[in-house]
Amino acid sequence: MTRDLPALIGATLLAALLAATVLAPWLAADPEAMNLSAIHAAPSVQHWLGTDELGRDVASRLLHGGRVSLAVALTTAVLAAGLGTLIGLLAGYHGGRLDAVLMRLTDGVMALPLLPLLIVLAALDPAKLGIGDEIRDSEIFTIGRMVIIIALVGWTGAARLVRAQALTVKTRDYVRAATALGATPTRIMLRHILPNVASPMVVAATLSVGNIILVESALSFLGLGVQPPTASWGNMLTGAMNVVWSAPAQALWPGLAIFITVLAFNLAGDGLQRALDPRK
Amino acid sequence: MTGWLGSRLIQSLIVLVVMSAVIHGLMGLMPGDPIDLMIASDPHLNAADAIRLKALYGLDRPWGERYLAWIAQVLRGELGYSRLFAKPVLAIIGPALLNSLILMLSALALSLLIAVPLGIVAALRPGRALDHLINAVSFASVSLPTFWLGLMLMVVFAVLLGWLPAGGMQSLSGEASGLADSLRHMALPVATLTIAGIGQYARHTRAAMLAEAGQDYIRTAKAKGCGPARLVLRHQWRNALLPLITLLGLEFGTLFSGALITETVFGWPGMGKLIADAVMGNDFNLALTALMLATAMTLLGSVLADLLMARLDPRIKLR
Repeated sequence: MTRDLPALIGATLLAALLAATVLAPWLAADPEAMNLSAIHAAPSVQHWLGTDELGRDVASRLLHGGRVSLAVALTTAVLAAGLGTLIGLLAGYHGGRLDAVLMRLTDGVMALPLLPLLIVLAALDPAKLGIGDEIRDSEIFTIGRMVIIIALVGWTGAARLVRAQALTVKTRDYVRAATALGATPTRIMLRHILPNVASPMVVAATLSVGNIILVESALSFLGLGVQPPTASWGNMLTGAMNVVWSAPAQALWPGLAIFITVLAFNLAGDGLQRALDPRK
Repeated sequence: MTGWLGSRLIQSLIVLVVMSAVIHGLMGLMPGDPIDLMIASDPHLNAADAIRLKALYGLDRPWGERYLAWIAQVLRGELGYSRLFAKPVLAIIGPALLNSLILMLSALALSLLIAVPLGIVAALRPGRALDHLINAVSFASVSLPTFWLGLMLMVVFAVLLGWLPAGGMQSLSGEASGLADSLRHMALPVATLTIAGIGQYARHTRAAMLAEAGQDYIRTAKAKGCGPARLVLRHQWRNALLPLITLLGLEFGTLFSGALITETVFGWPGMGKLIADAVMGNDFNLALTALMLATAMTLLGSVLADLLMARLDPRIKLR
């Protein structure tokens, strides 16, 4: 692992990103403080990356936006992996009709046009789902909604992986011995099958974070994700697109932040795969 | 084989029917209501008219009835009118489909032309400098957010240099028209999709080439005295292309659903932009039809990929 340069770069970038975004409230100024007398200011000691169309500090919006993007992506990855593990375990261990139904469901979800579907899900009216006004306008709700809808379509990879692993593990002697000793199916799944699935799952989840960040920022870019004034990398780019003719440089930083973060997760995930792959 | 095809098609049809119910149901949960929107845009209508119109269009009935009524309509070929464009849905989807096909096929052809040779070259000497370079390019390509890539290309080539138009399909004024003008408008969206697509194809090609490199037939060919160029071109890469077909099968659906983000960024009037506009503009009929078409074509793509694989690879038997 120490000789794996790309993975090392990925891990270092990730550590730096996590530290910077976790410490954002102490490192950076108020990301929503406007200063209309300093619009589109050039980078300076006071504003490292300048200011945006409302005179807000770009660097501080980047750090705070990163908190939101990373929190959404990590929560979604864990939720999707959890859902996929549950479905994969049930399908692989129980087999039979349950397996057939669950796998057709997985194939079905995998064969859907994802981005159009996500846009529909993101545009649903919370009022028609019986969700009250106060909850609807809260930041937690808009962010939580994104986590749930991305996880709802993102569990399929994990489910297939876990099912395949469960199928091989369940015929091993120690599982049969445990069954003979009277262990319940739940115990066998949790104690014997789950640990065998752990390392491929970690790899798949790490690799999925990059994709989730891309999807989340695309939704926010289209105006369906994190809502202004709360900063996110995606909605900062929407702002930048609106002023692309008067302030073209504005589009640079948020996209670069997304790019580097996704790259870091992909490099780290790939490295993890090499390190954990027993065939090498 | 016909048995296999039949069961696959039935399976896909079941998924399609389930999805039609899901999409129809989700549409009903979108903000706004077609009649309320009509009332809001026409001051002559009052509350009594609203109730009458809702009854007329059956909007006061439960969801299940409305869904079945819609299915019956679709089967009769009635897809309804688009609220945003005030035209029949089909009259809008036709041109948008064509625009998306132009964009997607150009980008797909370009990405394959660039990525497949890159993947092959990388796999010739794994672990060497050139392989690392191509890997780095692939990683960058799959990690790029498309909308930002498009925006940056727009900033550089349209805003700063002024070489290319920033959006649309044609110049509005008559001074520049014809093929050259269309190509200039295509350049940036096609470049965006191509750059973003290279990575996955190059990575898949490389992986497939490496998987073939260890096969017996490669050793046999070498033992017969087959030269390295002939070995790669006649034997190895033909087999390595097979896994790419599965990937292209998945890509088939996107030819019909368009590139939602790239089309939105560049104002390209294709299916992707149409779906986004229809969903956000509460255009129920248009959104429903476009989404169903996208779903059906995506499902069809995976069936076609399996058929093509079986045809090209005699080791695969479809049962």
